[in-house]
Amino acid sequence: MKKFAVVAAMATALLGSTSVFAADLEVTHWWTSAGEAAAVAEFARVFEEETGNHWVDSALAGSGTGANPVIISRIIGGDPMGATQMNTGRDAEELIQAGLIRDLTPIADELGVKDFYVDASLLDPCTYDGKIYCFPVNIHSWDWLWLSTKAYEKIGQPVPKDWNEYVASWPALQEAGILPFGLATGWPFSGIPGVLMAGIGGSDLVLAINRDKDAEAVRGPEFRKVAEALDSLRQVVSPETMVPTFGDVGTQLLEGTAAGNIHGDWLQADLQVAGGVPGEDYECLPALGLGDQLSGGGDSFYFPVLPEGTDQAVIDAQTALAKTVISPEAQLAFNLKKGSMPIRTDIDLSGANACMKKALTFLDKGLLPSGDFALSSDTQQQLQDLNTEFLDDDSITVDDYIERYASIIESAD
Amino acid sequence: MADTAVATREGAADTGRPGFLKRTLLHNLPAKIAAIPMMAAVLVVFVGCTIWTVYYSFTNSRLLPTGKFVGFDQYERLFSTSRWNVSVTNLITYGVMSLVFTLGIGFLLAVLMDQKIRLESAFRTIMLYPFALSFIVTGLVWQWIMNPTLGLQGTMRNLGWTNFTFDWIANPRMVLFALLIAGLWQGVGFCMVLMLAGLRGVDEEIWKAARVDGIPTWRTYISIVLPMMRGVLVTAVVLIGSGIVRLYDLVVALTNGGPGISSEVPAKYVYNYMFSGGNIGQGLAAATMMLVTVLIIMIPWAYLEFGGKGRRA
Repeated sequence: MKKFAVVAAMATALLGSTSVFAADLEVTHWWTSAGEAAAVAEFARVFEEETGNHWVDSALAGSGTGANPVIISRIIGGDPMGATQMNTGRDAEELIQAGLIRDLTPIADELGVKDFYVDASLLDPCTYDGKIYCFPVNIHSWDWLWLSTKAYEKIGQPVPKDWNEYVASWPALQEAGILPFGLATGWPFSGIPGVLMAGIGGSDLVLAINRDKDAEAVRGPEFRKVAEALDSLRQVVSPETMVPTFGDVGTQLLEGTAAGNIHGDWLQADLQVAGGVPGEDYECLPALGLGDQLSGGGDSFYFPVLPEGTDQAVIDAQTALAKTVISPEAQLAFNLKKGSMPIRTDIDLSGANACMKKALTFLDKGLLPSGDFALSSDTQQQLQDLNTEFLDDDSITVDDYIERYASIIESAD
Repeated sequence: MADTAVATREGAADTGRPGFLKRTLLHNLPAKIAAIPMMAAVLVVFVGCTIWTVYYSFTNSRLLPTGKFVGFDQYERLFSTSRWNVSVTNLITYGVMSLVFTLGIGFLLAVLMDQKIRLESAFRTIMLYPFALSFIVTGLVWQWIMNPTLGLQGTMRNLGWTNFTFDWIANPRMVLFALLIAGLWQGVGFCMVLMLAGLRGVDEEIWKAARVDGIPTWRTYISIVLPMMRGVLVTAVVLIGSGIVRLYDLVVALTNGGPGISSEVPAKYVYNYMFSGGNIGQGLAAATMMLVTVLIIMIPWAYLEFGGKGRRA
């Protein structure tokens, strides 16, 4: 505790010496790929133009798995940043319990956020004991199947309309020497099982497993179809053909060396930066072309409680930023660059591309709770370990997989 | 014999004299005062944090160490997790191979270097150079070299050897050897320098005596020089051993545990569950098991090495 006091005192001394009116506000995030960086620059621009404060950009490398621990340990260690991005979900739950995150309820009431958020459930992960502690700034969904137009031109087949047609086209693709499914090493695989579950298993299955933690649903016939889809997927994916980053998969799709990929909508930002046009160079199928609901995750902004004695101007800057990130202007500019859906639809989205327009029609049916929302990070880590092992090790049968998945869900909290 | 006699006589004199305790405390007082900060750091940081770690491994703490006592639950879960079991097996396999090869190749290189060759310091620098690189850099370099499509395999195939295969990094059964190559490349040079220092410490007279007796050179190295280098060997084993147990950054940079979970190691499990998994209890249970493993190896060894009093000068 003593160490904490010293660090806090030092931080206070540093913060106290900053200027009076326009405050510097350090913002941490892990938006580092080309498309993401362009999007976050929009937030910074609107914030600086509208409020006159200064956005100090602290981009962290390593996406969620690398940057999240850094952010959490800085907050726990008594060296909080002015604001931070995190995935919408339960990652920050204990920080909130420990009183380390600023209560945004007054700002939320002032703006009337509940009225303009497109789905009130988006605020659920931010709500704790009836108070609001974070603002989701976008809706991201993993539930997209991306297909390469060029690859299907090469084999002379029409671009598939759903997952089943896509699977049926794999043998022809392999014969032509095209990778049926492009995949990057590491975390990009982690979202795929959830997408298969939502697309093939359907909304009820997702709710039963993620929300109700029903292990019997895992042992049921619907989930077996999901596990079998994952099984067929691992037959066409091998470590030798994996590329280093998801951006490289985007390049493969545009070149036509890989035919398809399941990845979140942020892939689209990179496809656009690389000059791809939806409908011409690539096709997008939300919910694998099978379902009618998307599971929504996304990013939220959290504002840590600053150490005692912090300059009021900095706290005011926090307030200003909280209002900025969900303002119509910032929402529009940010999400058009990011390729994600805005959290409010009372803005002019005519600038959105074909894929985002498809997604907006899905929004009316509400969002499915994604794993990020409903499961603790411990459970997510266990499921990810299981999926990673299953992908690589063919000796794990579909039955083993289902049984182990069920036992993780049984012990989930 | 003389050593033992001296030691006994001094021991007898010490305990015999009055004020023995006072003398022990006050003897060389400035040195003892100077050592206090270090001792405090050892007590608080090493001993204190170890106790803290072990204690919280018996709780159900999640992101913050606030959980309730749950007995051995975390350990039960740990040992029913296949990722942990694979990690432990991997570490043992990697550890044994790494220890044997680092010592073996290191000694061999040192002997070659000891043959009064030209440009010795140049060779020594080249051999030691990889040690100046961090494991992260080492891992990234070898990741590119061993990448099947971009690295050595791809290059050779482009040059015409279409059957050339070097895909260890993508092959679950061979990936540990890929780690081993990178680890050896980085660590052998340092081991060689240690061994070389040991070899240089051996008295020239012993070599002359061996030569007079007509003992072949290789036999002199193995039966005479090597036993005389005991101190250097112990140092090398301790350094290599501690490098093996904490193996983490090389794996993260080179394979990130893949393909699948086939190159996972315990330290990575600890990190993943403590930070990205937000489960401190599980992470600390794994950390405690790493500590227990180290102790199981270290205690008998330390007993043999330092236990017999006065056996060594």
